[in-house]
Amino acid sequence: MFPRRHDFIEKTLNRLAESIGQAARADDSGADSGFLQRLDPRVKLAGVLGLIFAAAASQRLAVTAAIFAVGLTLALASRVLGPIARLWGGVLFFTGMLVLPAAILTPGAPLFHLPWVGWPITDHGLRSAASLIARAETTATLAALLVLTTRWGHLLKALRVLRIPALFVVILGMTYRFIFVLLGIARDFLEARRARQVGRLDGRQQRQMAVSSAAMLLSKSVQLSGEVYEAMQARGFCGEVYTLDAFRFKNLDWCMLAAFVVITIAAFGMGTLP
Amino acid sequence: MNPIPAFELADATFRYPESTALDSLTLSITPGQCVAVLGANGSGKSTLLRVLAGLCFPERGSVRFFGESLTEPALAHGAFARNFRRRVGVVFQNPDVQLFNATVFDEVAFGPLQMGWSKAQILQRVHCALADLGIEALKDRPPHRLSGGEKKRVALASVLVLDPDVLLLDEPTAALDPKSQGQIVDFLFGCVGKKTVITTTHSLEVAQEIADRVLVLENGRLAATGPTAEILADTALLERTHLLHAHRHRHSSGAIHSHPHRHH
Repeated sequence: MFPRRHDFIEKTLNRLAESIGQAARADDSGADSGFLQRLDPRVKLAGVLGLIFAAAASQRLAVTAAIFAVGLTLALASRVLGPIARLWGGVLFFTGMLVLPAAILTPGAPLFHLPWVGWPITDHGLRSAASLIARAETTATLAALLVLTTRWGHLLKALRVLRIPALFVVILGMTYRFIFVLLGIARDFLEARRARQVGRLDGRQQRQMAVSSAAMLLSKSVQLSGEVYEAMQARGFCGEVYTLDAFRFKNLDWCMLAAFVVITIAAFGMGTLP
Repeated sequence: MNPIPAFELADATFRYPESTALDSLTLSITPGQCVAVLGANGSGKSTLLRVLAGLCFPERGSVRFFGESLTEPALAHGAFARNFRRRVGVVFQNPDVQLFNATVFDEVAFGPLQMGWSKAQILQRVHCALADLGIEALKDRPPHRLSGGEKKRVALASVLVLDPDVLLLDEPTAALDPKSQGQIVDFLFGCVGKKTVITTTHSLEVAQEIADRVLVLENGRLAATGPTAEILADTALLERTHLLHAHRHRHSSGAIHSHPHRHH
């Protein structure tokens, strides 16, 4: 059991374990047998990006709500509604903080006044705030849907259909890969430190520890990069990057691609009509 | 007539800023041999492997691969570089260094992609390599979700997919549990006589099981070389090079005493 008041080491170790656990859960849900998990990643990427585009462009709350409902249905069918629902509170809080001034400052008929300060919330202000919050919630839901139903490696390869350069895709993949190696090194370092620590660290010692951990990780990452480059060279890497995708379109993929296209065009058309 | 050596080092010297890793090393390795490179920590084993893999180059002396000079310009571009990388597979001690792709499948496909093979050929070879190492079920896994033994097998598959003539292995059984060690040794045993295998190891047992020749390095110099049985029987040599040591240990009878010994 950790002590009630966590110091730097405890907190960092807890966060490292949490990050690794979250990545593992995302990877597991990406490999699940839900509806979206069975789709070709390219279809998912194109479809979800289309819906995100339509939601971001939408000027009508009803259209945004319809896209959100599509996202919810897909999340339910793909068995990832739980982790997605956990995002909503955070998105609501941060977007709410951003749109609060707009709700107050937008001219219009006051609907009610905020308690204590007495500032008026106008109907126009409330509508634009609701629209922005709805769009933020919808796009966050769709983005999470894509990430939670697609294995990271497949998602990266699917990026190639958007003509994203292979070099960029490979760098993204390696960055993700070595984040875990460095997390493991950081965890080992902090555990070794904790094993020899008696009592609590004061503020100054915690800052020293944070700086020394960062320096150690930087030095390890430099060393790793040299070794990884040698390993790449040993397997024929000469500076050119190549990728291979083994995806195959099935009937379901074609049907869903058509459905995504129709929904996106309809939502975009209805959401942007004057 | 003697065959052209797979590798030939003549007076090769390699220095790091703080030490000399290889000191006027001269040796020759025949194609098809299975060679174990033994030596204490810092004796130059890993550097020797990096030199043989064309990843670093001696500042003095020469290295030849099947008679062709192995130099930095020769390995920078062109047909020789591609041919050398296809024919020489390197398995690093730390598999995390070697597994830099997002999934096991991509990892194994990396080498063939660099060789410019066709998609059909790559898919076929990757599936064969995964099957040979018994890791087909792992093909969509990211490397950070593999155990140490699985990582090692993926690293091997990523090298074997190119069907290299020469395998260079740096401590292939280090930090593995006994079962994983056994799987790697079994695999290496299967390569004996088919490929040139050069492996660094601290384990006399691994050397005894797979190698038909042993090189013993000491401070970057060749302390001894010869048939495995002959070298492993030379207790004085093994003690001098810190490969055999005396420490207190318990026998099955319960007696505790101390003398130079090896673990079986």
